[in-house]
Amino acid sequence: MTFLDGNVGLILQGFWLTIQLLVLSGICSIVLGTLLAAARVSPVPLLRGAAVVYVSIFRNTPLLVVFIFVFIAGPRLGLNYPFLVKGVLAMTLYTSAFVAEALRSGINSVPVGQAEAARSIGLTFGQCMREVVMPQALRAVIPPMASVLIAMAKNTSVAAAFGLAEATATMRGLTNNNANERLMIFLVFALGYIVIVELMSFAANRLERRWRVA
Amino acid sequence: MSLVLFDQPGPRARARQRVFNVLALVLVAGLLALIVWRLHDRGQLEYRLWEPFVTPAYIQAILVDGLLKTLQAAGTSIVLAVVFGLLFGVGKLSDHAWVRWPSWAVVEFFRAVPLLLLITFVFFTFGVGDGFGPYWSLVVGLTLYNGSVLAEIFRAGILAVPAGQGEAASALGMRKTQVMTLVLLPQAVKIMLPSLISQCVVALKDTSLGAYILAPGLTFIGRSVYTEFQNQVPTAIVLAALYIAVNLVLTAVATWAQRRYVGEKSLVVPMVGDGASGLAPAGQRSI
Repeated sequence: MTFLDGNVGLILQGFWLTIQLLVLSGICSIVLGTLLAAARVSPVPLLRGAAVVYVSIFRNTPLLVVFIFVFIAGPRLGLNYPFLVKGVLAMTLYTSAFVAEALRSGINSVPVGQAEAARSIGLTFGQCMREVVMPQALRAVIPPMASVLIAMAKNTSVAAAFGLAEATATMRGLTNNNANERLMIFLVFALGYIVIVELMSFAANRLERRWRVA
Repeated sequence: MSLVLFDQPGPRARARQRVFNVLALVLVAGLLALIVWRLHDRGQLEYRLWEPFVTPAYIQAILVDGLLKTLQAAGTSIVLAVVFGLLFGVGKLSDHAWVRWPSWAVVEFFRAVPLLLLITFVFFTFGVGDGFGPYWSLVVGLTLYNGSVLAEIFRAGILAVPAGQGEAASALGMRKTQVMTLVLLPQAVKIMLPSLISQCVVALKDTSLGAYILAPGLTFIGRSVYTEFQNQVPTAIVLAALYIAVNLVLTAVATWAQRRYVGEKSLVVPMVGDGASGLAPAGQRSI
């Protein structure tokens, strides 16, 4: 474990950038994804169409190609920002499509009978949404949403290929300098990611249990 | 549009919807116009930059060395991943704890570790120098990751077969292996076919990560094209279009298989880091 000498700070720095990427793109994706999901169920056909096109474009493009757009093609169009901003932008463009899908599937999972019953006892659209549909949809959304966000946490590693010194890039650097300890280095970094993923999964489970209908 | 949530729109609501429609039109058209104008303004629509994509030699390079290699890597790794997933998925359902626990650990580990980290490790440990090179490093990484995801899908698929089927087979005197191979698996395959095809889309998209270790494929070819011609924007657009086209075909096949073999029922696969609850519908594709 000699690679740890003097490199602990480096490793922590790598994971700190990973966490920054994760939190910032998580927040932005949820915001953009919610807007997209809203557009997808809106009564305005054009917005619906635009959201469908956006989602199918970004769900079927590899994240690496989205990164190429933002990091390599972007500057050619005069769109140049600091590295972290570009990283968050690429992650957000990609992940928000999946967030929108997760939200939509959550809303769709509420049985139609619930809304019909709410309407038939005279609740207005707003009441029906607020009191009946949304609370159930929110609960149903947690597992798919958590899956999307966990996948995003792992996807932040793609930023390594574009000069962001997050955890995966740090591992590559350390591997080059300590060739005989590759396995240990890999296990240390894998453990770091596993901790992040398990924490997210644990939080999602707690939330789901707390919000579960009795 | 379902009319469950609100009444049939009256004249005022319809007028409001028309206003929003026009606003949305302006918004979307404006956005598209902005993109096209930007492309034109920065000279990205010049023929010179798009020329490689209408030159037969480059088209051939992109399709044969790029797309074909990508499909090959994805195909190989999916086939291997099915074997891996079958072994470990069934292993997770084993009656013996010494089979169950290692299977669980392997599947959880490879599902939780980022694929790029895995590929990088495989490449620098077994791929460089006299090793098996970047292409197989990519395939090995993809196999381990997708195999673990498939193991979960297989497990969920087998569990989705009604319990009476296995019990009836046991009652007929079949051995455990016979119950699995003759009764449970054939029925499970039908249920998980759509998830399996969706996973092919994921594998295909993930082959692009090979660019990090200079494995051959679409993204790698794209990189050489834009380094030579300095046409980053057109190359990115062409790359994305090719990936989207192939993936849309695969998605259509998955939808067809869902309708043909499964119907409304969707398979429930637990998310990473969780064995019991936290059930995510697998019909919805993971990233």
